[in-house]
Amino acid sequence: MAHGGRSRVSGPAIDARALTRRFGTFTAVDGISFQVERGEVFGFLGANGAGKTTAMRMLIGLLAPSSGSATVAGYDVASQAEQVRRRIGYMSQRFSLYEDLTVRENITLFGGIYGLSNRDIAERTGQILSRIGLQRAARELVREIPLGWKQQLAFCVALLHRPAVVFLDEPTGGVDPITRRRFWELIYEAGAEGTSVLVTTHYLDEAEYCNRISIMVDGAIAAMGTPSDVRRGLGAATLDEVFLRLTRPGAAV
Amino acid sequence: MRPFLGFVRKETLHLLRDRQTLAILILLPVVQVLIFGFAVRTDVREIPIVVVDPTPDVATLELRERVAASERFRLVAVAPSTRELDSQFQEGSVRQALVLPRDVERRLGRGDTLAVQLLTDGSDPNTGGIMQGYATAVLRRWHADATPAARGLRIEVATRMRFNPTLESAHLFVPGLVAFVLTIVSALMTAISITREKETGTMEMLLVSPIRPAAIVAGKVTPYIVLGFVSVLLVLVAARAVFEVPLQGSLLLLLAESGLYIVTSLALGIVISTRAPTQRTAMLAALAGLLMPTLMLSGFIFPLESLPSPLQALSHIVPARWFLVVVRGIMLKGAGLPTLWQETLILAGMTVLLLIAGSRRLTIRLD
Repeated sequence: MAHGGRSRVSGPAIDARALTRRFGTFTAVDGISFQVERGEVFGFLGANGAGKTTAMRMLIGLLAPSSGSATVAGYDVASQAEQVRRRIGYMSQRFSLYEDLTVRENITLFGGIYGLSNRDIAERTGQILSRIGLQRAARELVREIPLGWKQQLAFCVALLHRPAVVFLDEPTGGVDPITRRRFWELIYEAGAEGTSVLVTTHYLDEAEYCNRISIMVDGAIAAMGTPSDVRRGLGAATLDEVFLRLTRPGAAV
Repeated sequence: MRPFLGFVRKETLHLLRDRQTLAILILLPVVQVLIFGFAVRTDVREIPIVVVDPTPDVATLELRERVAASERFRLVAVAPSTRELDSQFQEGSVRQALVLPRDVERRLGRGDTLAVQLLTDGSDPNTGGIMQGYATAVLRRWHADATPAARGLRIEVATRMRFNPTLESAHLFVPGLVAFVLTIVSALMTAISITREKETGTMEMLLVSPIRPAAIVAGKVTPYIVLGFVSVLLVLVAARAVFEVPLQGSLLLLLAESGLYIVTSLALGIVISTRAPTQRTAMLAALAGLLMPTLMLSGFIFPLESLPSPLQALSHIVPARWFLVVVRGIMLKGAGLPTLWQETLILAGMTVLLLIAGSRRLTIRLD
């Protein structure tokens, strides 16, 4: 089979074990271990420079781990990168699509890259466009559609080949609260259909939407669990409080 | 194969939708041929010349007619003395002067030495040298014809410029232009188009996908290969239509060699794009690192022999240098592979090395 592909085993969608990445003497990700279950929406929180993006880049095969290991959809990210790539979707914080191609051309291109048949591409294009209400804009250049639509389109393109895990790197930057809420509905739909979601975010209200979260500080996981567990564990009323205590231990709350 | 074809389609759409860039790329070859052909010529025509003839007679009249008849010269005036010459040279109305002695006819009849002064505007040394050459040639022939053969032994040196008998500069620059235009179309455009994807973040999308880096690169360069061939043909057609530049050798061989050079340039573009983080850096690197050497160190504008020896040594690693020998050989000398195989082999070797360097950088993905 040239595309799609859920996890090959019934194990976790993501399984990181003491995953570490060093740049020279600087340790960006310091031996993190966590698991993400199938269909789970897992939030990756942390201040800028805490190591979220570096960790994500190792999981999607853009960066080799210095030590430790991780499997995604049951395949090792270092030694089975090819298998991993077929089973993951990725959306960058810039909603990267080809601006001078139309909405439909973008979908067709990525469908082709993931080896979908023409019929599948046509069918899924229709589904995507109706889901996000973009039918009438199918022939418009991506450059010309509003940012909120672009964001949803980028997400749907990341899901086009029905990946086992989708990675979202700060996917809601720069869009208004209503669009953000709409976007989280899309994330839940994906989770309900069995796709695991790993999402990094700065917005702590969004963290509340996640099944589980982890908060990274200086390359290590400082807290992990359901949002309420994490709050309770630190005796905090809100995630804001949790976040401040973990990232700035000296700060008065 | 399908991801690859989809990719070619995408690249073609990028190219077609960027109308301005496309227009520039198509017009570039034609405009370059016209600019180089008309403006940057090193052959000289219609040199304004004055003949100073204090005592006109049959012999000097004959010389004046010869000068006037040549299309190299425009006989501005015949003056009795050199009095006006300085001011004429200064204002530029005259660029050459032929100062004859007195009693030319009688001296010729006696077989005396004839002291003729030839003044040339040397403010541009290149054209100055060329003008001097033309005038000397006219003088020589006239003198030879005017001196009776019976007077004794005469040695006549018959010079002929091979391959470019009329010394048309257009014949020399067209091969250089082919290299120049291909460097822009293939190397610069590839470098820009790959770095653009890095800047917009779409390269990350591709690297996370199962498409192979080799397929990305192949898909990206395919439209530029086609565009490269179109450019070569445009240069050839324009050069032929406007300047009647001949094609002595095989068109097929010329296109095949151009194909090789297109790949060389593409590989250079890929190598640049793997190192340059932004389009701006890529463009500067391509301009400074590729276009300048292609212009200066290939023998296109300055003859390689006239370069200082460190630069001559450096020119060996400039692909355009070898390509230029090949194109000049095919177009002007009608040479074939038996004479050009060495240059071809060097180019092919460079191409392979560059492709290996470029793809190794790409396969290690982003970091």
